[in-house]
Amino acid sequence: MDSPSKSIQENQSNQSFDKKVATWEVKVGLAEMLKGGVIMDVTNAEQAKIAEQAGAVAVMALERIPADIRVHGGVARMSDPKLIKAIQDAVTIPVMAKCRIGHIAEARILEALEIDFIDESEVLTPADEQYHIWKHDFQVPFVCGCRNLGEALRRIAEGAAMIRTKGEAGTGNIVEAVRHMRSVMEEINVLTTLPKEALVAKAKEMGAPLDLVIYVAEHKKLPVPNFAAGGVATPADAALMRMLGAEAVFVGSGIFKSSDPLQRATAIVRATTYWDDPKILLEVSTGLGEAMRGLSLEQIPESERLAVRGW
Amino acid sequence: MRLRIGILALQGDFVPHAMMLKRLNAESRLVRKASDLIDLDGLILPGGESTTMTRLIEFASLHQPILTLIASGIPVWGTCAGTILLGKQGTDPRVRSLEAIDIEVARNAYGRQSESFHADVIIRELETPFEGIFIRAPKIVSIGDSVQVKGKFNDEIVFVEQNNVWASTFHPELTSDVRIHQLFLKFCEEKKR
Repeated sequence: MDSPSKSIQENQSNQSFDKKVATWEVKVGLAEMLKGGVIMDVTNAEQAKIAEQAGAVAVMALERIPADIRVHGGVARMSDPKLIKAIQDAVTIPVMAKCRIGHIAEARILEALEIDFIDESEVLTPADEQYHIWKHDFQVPFVCGCRNLGEALRRIAEGAAMIRTKGEAGTGNIVEAVRHMRSVMEEINVLTTLPKEALVAKAKEMGAPLDLVIYVAEHKKLPVPNFAAGGVATPADAALMRMLGAEAVFVGSGIFKSSDPLQRATAIVRATTYWDDPKILLEVSTGLGEAMRGLSLEQIPESERLAVRGW
Repeated sequence: MRLRIGILALQGDFVPHAMMLKRLNAESRLVRKASDLIDLDGLILPGGESTTMTRLIEFASLHQPILTLIASGIPVWGTCAGTILLGKQGTDPRVRSLEAIDIEVARNAYGRQSESFHADVIIRELETPFEGIFIRAPKIVSIGDSVQVKGKFNDEIVFVEQNNVWASTFHPELTSDVRIHQLFLKFCEEKKR
């Protein structure tokens, strides 16, 4: 090592550098690492191991998967930390968990548990009908759901480091996730065609901060990773969401409500990577056994729809 | 002739690597099957989840083709999960290593996401520090005699090289600083000649 920079290195080696934690770069950085992957809902350590074995990039630890939350009714809350801890101990991939919309205390508990990502989720019963959490104050990153671009940008303004579609969780029906992803992508496309002065009016109309609206118009994408969630039940569903622009996919009830979870989970992981290769999609979609039964949206009364929670 | 660099694109942050290469006027090719490895001047293994990549490398039967490419002397650079895959096989069977560089790597060695950080890193070939972003990062816990240190964060070894293989535990692709990608392209250019 006799390059001219050797002396520079020796000079610098006397310096000691500090770590900066919980910065925006570090929060969005983890979301970047999850891209192209599948995040799976699990309710115990055994399921978490199956998810990891199938190739999940992360698991979402919760007491009941959304399909069972629907059946169970009542108030859905943050899971018991004991259950989350058991899942953290079972796998090496990141572990996420959900808190109720606006429930700052649940989020603080999950942070103390050193969860890797908090999902401020409409799947649980909202704790605050007026405000979401101010997420910049937390050490750990947050993901939030959205139905359109304005909602996505409001959550990012509050500090969400990842956005996902809301879809309609626990239905095994992809139609709402498609609606939400289409909406976000189309609105992004429209912004890129507008002059600056029109962006001010757009920001007002969408109820989104102007600086983020300008960012989207200039970069033709959200400033954070944009994932799909809510109703994914098959490898083809995962591939479809990737085709529509999702950078990764959450699968909730679709895996452990199916007849062969490991095989289905593995197939969804492969379909998420090879979303644009129909031959592989054909191969991984074949002979998977029964998918979760699923619900049509008409079967769900307006009052029981999860996507309308939050604003 | 523009350099053509492959980026393993099974999962993870392969797009930021591709954007860096674009800024530096190199061609990038996303690698998802063995035929994508033909006619490359370099290969990057990005960050992401090493367990997931292991499963997908297995599915795509890419293990041996990547080893063949490395054996042919073409420069290969792993960042974070890529470093885990390039290092020696650990005790955890959930990750299958390529064993292409003589280093032992401990996964998630700083802790969970709340311990992720960025900090200045000293790089041997660079005159000023480089901002290293470490996401649930691994640590290089030991290096073989023929491995050279390219970068350190304080006393920790975070960037190494051995023959045509580079391994870093941080993510230059997540910064706007192109200097390390520039060095890699220079290395690919030299090897090509």
